[in-house]
Amino acid sequence: MQFESTVTQIQADNIDTDQIIPARFLKTISKDGLGDQLFFDWRYNADGSPKADFILNTDKAKASKVLFAGDNFGCGSSREHAPWALTQYGFQAVISTSFADIFKQNSLKNRLLPLVVSKEVHQQLRDALAANPDLAVSVNVETQTFTWPGGPSVHFPIDAFAKHCLLAGVDEIGYVLQHEAQIAAFEAQRVGTLNTLAG
Amino acid sequence: MPSKPRTIIEKVWDSHIVAEREGAPSLLFIDLHLVHEVTSPQAFSGLRQRGLKVRRPDLTFCTVDHSTPTTPRNLPIVDPIAATQVAQLEKNATEFGIPYFGFQNRDQGIVHVIGPENGLTQPGMTVVCGDSHTATHGAFGALAFGIGTSEVEMVLASQCLLQKKSKSYEVRVEGTLKPGVTAKDIILALCAKIGIGGGTGCVFEYTGSAIRALSMEERMTVCNMSIEAGARAGLVAPDEKTYEYLKGRRFAPKGAAWDEAVERWKQLATDEGATYDFTTTIDADALEPMITFGTNPGMGMAISATIPDPSNVADSLERDSLRKALAYMGLEAGKPIAGQKIDVVFVGSCTNSRMSDLRAAAGVLKGRKVSPSVRTMIVPGSQEIKRQAEAEGLDKIFREAGAEWREAGCSMCIAMNGDQLTPGQYSVSTSNRNFEGRQGKGGRTFLASPQTAAASAIMGVVTDVRTLA
Repeated sequence: MQFESTVTQIQADNIDTDQIIPARFLKTISKDGLGDQLFFDWRYNADGSPKADFILNTDKAKASKVLFAGDNFGCGSSREHAPWALTQYGFQAVISTSFADIFKQNSLKNRLLPLVVSKEVHQQLRDALAANPDLAVSVNVETQTFTWPGGPSVHFPIDAFAKHCLLAGVDEIGYVLQHEAQIAAFEAQRVGTLNTLAG
Repeated sequence: MPSKPRTIIEKVWDSHIVAEREGAPSLLFIDLHLVHEVTSPQAFSGLRQRGLKVRRPDLTFCTVDHSTPTTPRNLPIVDPIAATQVAQLEKNATEFGIPYFGFQNRDQGIVHVIGPENGLTQPGMTVVCGDSHTATHGAFGALAFGIGTSEVEMVLASQCLLQKKSKSYEVRVEGTLKPGVTAKDIILALCAKIGIGGGTGCVFEYTGSAIRALSMEERMTVCNMSIEAGARAGLVAPDEKTYEYLKGRRFAPKGAAWDEAVERWKQLATDEGATYDFTTTIDADALEPMITFGTNPGMGMAISATIPDPSNVADSLERDSLRKALAYMGLEAGKPIAGQKIDVVFVGSCTNSRMSDLRAAAGVLKGRKVSPSVRTMIVPGSQEIKRQAEAEGLDKIFREAGAEWREAGCSMCIAMNGDQLTPGQYSVSTSNRNFEGRQGKGGRTFLASPQTAAASAIMGVVTDVRTLA
C-alpha cells in the first residue's frame, strides 16, 4: 500500500463524526452513496448547492487521497458511515496528531489509514503546505514512512496486525472464524455462568 | 502465591480472553450484544453475503430507538427511509432468531436504558453495541463499549471481537455533592478537566466516595459520557446498590443462580495495591452545576462562570477551535452564560431519561409554568419508564407546566427522527453531545443536568437552579 497525493486540509481539532457525516444520513440501510454526504453541513448551502469556498468542493480535493486535519480526529459516535463517506469521497489516509479509538478501528477495517504524526511534524507539514499548496506527500504502509519533497522522512506508528491486514487484505471475520475450536471451548467452560438470556 | 493485584478492568478483560497470539489483538468473548436499527443493517447484509448465521442469538438483543418518532404510537412512521430501517431490523431479528423489542413492543426504549432495566446488563460482563454510549452499562461493573458496523458483523458471526487491551484510567471523585449538583455535573466536569480526547486509548474506572454515594441511575449517567472524554468505556465496581437494583429483574439470575452470581460479582472490585496507567481526581465538594458553552462536551464550565476568552489560549489550533465554537454558538467571550436566551429544552437521552431524571425535572417544574417562548420536550428513555412516570403522576406535572410528554426514544439527542432544532435555535439539553448540528442543522446546544434544564425552561434563559425563587 503505497501512494502519492496532494493534501486536502481541514485544520480543526476534534472534528467529530457528526461533522464528517450528519446523523440524518444514517437512516440508510446500505453502505453506498455516502461520499456526497461527507462534511455535508460544512459543504453545502441551505438550498443544497455546494459552497464554492469549501475545500471538498474543489477539483483538487476531489483528486486528493489524503485528508490533513487537527488533533483527535473522528471523536464522537461509533458510526462507521464516517470512514465509508471518507473512502467513497476518495481518501485513503487521514493525517492527524491523534484519532478517536472507535474511528481508528473503523477506518482500518475500511482500508482508510489513520496516519498519526507528532505535533512537530504536523506543524512542519502545515508550513510546507503554506509555502506550496500543491505539494504531494508520499505514503508507504509497508515501510511505515511518509514524506514530501524537502520534508523529513517520517516513520509513523501502526499496529502490526492492522498493518498485516491492510497489506495482505486479510478478512478479519474470516480470521476470527478460524478460531472456532477455541470459541467453542470457551463457551463450554462458561456454561453455568452465562445463563442470562436463555431463561 | 498471591497473584498480582488487578483492577476490575483487568479482571473482566482476563476472564473473557478466548485466544491470544503474539503480535495480534486478543480474541475477546462478548457476553451481551445489543443491536439497534442504525448501525446494524449493513452487518446483517454482510452475514447474508457470507452465508453465516448469528452464532449466539441468545446473547444478542435488538431494539429500535434512534430513527423512531416520539409521537403517539398509533401514528405511523411518516419518514419512509426511517420506516424502512425500522422494518429492516424487524426482518433481520426474525430471520436470524434474535430477541426483539420492536416499535410497538411495550418494552421498547433506548438501548442503553432497556438493557439495565431488564437486567440484561450484569456485573463482570463484556457488553458491546454499535453505539458509542454503550459505556453506560459500565455502571454495573461491566466492560461495555461501542463498536462499528464491521465489528457488529464480527460479533454477530462469532460472538467475539478482536481487541487490543486499553490502558486503565482511574477517575477518583471524593466528597459530597452540594444541593443542585448532580451526576451529570461530575461527568461534565471530567470532560472539561481532561478534554474530549483526554481518555483516548483508556477505560475509566470511577472510584471514590462521591461515586459510591450515587444511585445506579446516576452511575449510568456518569459512565454514559465516558466517550465524551475520549474513553471507549468507563465502569464502576459493583456493590450492594448494584445487586439491589438487579435483583428480580427479568433477565437477572434467579434463586441459587442469583446467590452464586453475587458471590462471583463480589470478586470483581479492584484489588488493594492494583495500579492504573493514569489517575485524575475531582473534588465533589467544589463542584458547581456545569453547562457547556461550546461545540464539544469538553467545552464546559460552572454555570456561574463567564464565557472563556480565546485570546487567553496559547495554542493556535486550540484558540482557533474556541473562536470557531463561540462564533457558531453566537456567544461573546467574557459574558456570563446564565441569562442566555433559549428556545428549546430537551429532557431525555441515554444520559438523562430515567426515573430519577424525570423526578428531578418534575421537582423543579411542579407548580410552575415553562416560559411561553420555550418549547419543552420530555422524552422518557423507555416505555416502561413512561408507564412508571405516569403512575407517579409526573406526566401531569409536565403537561400542567406546559411541557410536551412524548414516547420513548433517542429523540432530539441525535435528531434523526424529526425531533430537532431549527437553524440558530438554542437548547438546554440533558443529552450528551453539543457538536455543531447535533440536534438539527444550525442548532446550538447547551448540555446540562435535568435540574438546570427544567429551571431554564421556566425562565426562558440559561438558569442556575439554585437561584430559582
